[in-house]
Amino acid sequence: MGEDLDKLKIQVNNLNLWYSSFQALKDVNASFKERLITAIIGPSGCGKTTLLRVFNRMNDLVEGVRVAGTVMVDGINVIAPDTDLMTLRRKIGMVFQRPNPFPLSTYENVVFGPRIHGRAGKNELDDIAEKSLQAVLLWDELKDRLDKPALSLSLEQQQRLCIARLIAVRSDILLLDEPCSALDPQATQAIEELMRGLKNNYTLIVVTHNMQQAARVSDETGFMLLGELIEFGETDQIFTRPRDKRTEDYITGRFG
Amino acid sequence: MAEHLQREIREMKKAILEIGAVVEESLHKAVKALQERDEKLAKSVIDNDVEIDHMEVDMEEECLKVLALHQPVASDLRLIVSILKINNDLERIGDLAVNIAERAAFLATQNAIDIPLDFPLMAEKTKAMLRKSLDALVNGDSRLAYEVCAADDEVDAINRQMYLQVQDAIRRHPDRVESLIHLLSVSRHMERIADHATNIAEDVIYMTEGEIVRHRTEDYPSQSRRV
Repeated sequence: MGEDLDKLKIQVNNLNLWYSSFQALKDVNASFKERLITAIIGPSGCGKTTLLRVFNRMNDLVEGVRVAGTVMVDGINVIAPDTDLMTLRRKIGMVFQRPNPFPLSTYENVVFGPRIHGRAGKNELDDIAEKSLQAVLLWDELKDRLDKPALSLSLEQQQRLCIARLIAVRSDILLLDEPCSALDPQATQAIEELMRGLKNNYTLIVVTHNMQQAARVSDETGFMLLGELIEFGETDQIFTRPRDKRTEDYITGRFG
Repeated sequence: MAEHLQREIREMKKAILEIGAVVEESLHKAVKALQERDEKLAKSVIDNDVEIDHMEVDMEEECLKVLALHQPVASDLRLIVSILKINNDLERIGDLAVNIAERAAFLATQNAIDIPLDFPLMAEKTKAMLRKSLDALVNGDSRLAYEVCAADDEVDAINRQMYLQVQDAIRRHPDRVESLIHLLSVSRHMERIADHATNIAEDVIYMTEGEIVRHRTEDYPSQSRRV
């Protein structure tokens, strides 16, 4: 425990967020440890996706949004107005519910980010593409058809590709918002396996409706309800003996 | 889906209580057969054990089914795991009641021994522990469960006392050694039953508080402690 405390990657302090007059996050305090998978669970509208989107400032795009509190990532408060969003979003990448490859080839999808960030040498880009696709276990499958449209890949491959795009720009925090909800059980299993492998090098935060998935894949779990973080702790504790009655009611399906 | 699981859980609670009732009855009869030197009653306990065995197997299958189909978590998970283990303890208590009945059947064919061994007290305490542990299970009452754990020491002490008394009796009545050894076995079986009742109580504590209290060297905590 002692040494884990030294490796906090994200620290959220008294975070409040409003969409106009609606308060979506209420006094959230949490610490996300480096190189672990943290799951955030809770019913629809509980604020879990909003919390995820705070980390790379995706909520900035929403009109009337107001944020108070601090979110320290590697010692920098990412919600400060002067945060360089380009750098932030390179460092903290996001994977969405539906895979969203660009309508380009597989290769172009992977090197798109590095190109924009100015790492343009052909050899270097080839190298990045290979390493990134290897990291998501796509390289062997696709190396002979990198020029084919990414949209022709299976959904699971597309989701892997989206993760590879983040690896290509050297993100070190991966935010996954319901990454398996569009996938069948087998593809889900494959992505979960990939997540477990990725945590050796990355910090992963996954929002999921699938509690079994949270239980299977994560090291720590946070339960949110009506904008509050009700309980946060080791996943095995949350799923065997939650401390809060509301967590218990939600995970056992007695909720509502 | 959750409603469906809750229905299954209600059924399981009912089923484990039925097993508990049958086992309690079995123990009660075995002790009665011993005290009243009733060979026929003793035989009925022995014959009835097969029913307990069947109930145990059915209960276990039900638990495995619910675990596989519903993948329960938190208190639901703890309840089902506890039932799975308690089921096993109850079946063992049933076997021990049979062992007592076997001794009772033998002793009923022998001349009565006039030694003041206080079996009624030991039997009462043991039966009370079993009943309390089952009440604790039904009501999810860990306070009651802690009482059962504490009562185990008393039964252990009586068992030790029995040992000394029987040892003494053998010296004085060496011709009755066989019967006396049977009586000592009864005491030992009773003590084992109390141990199983304690196991049940410990599982109830786990079920209600999420704390595994087995193998603690210190006294049982009066309340759950969370780290």
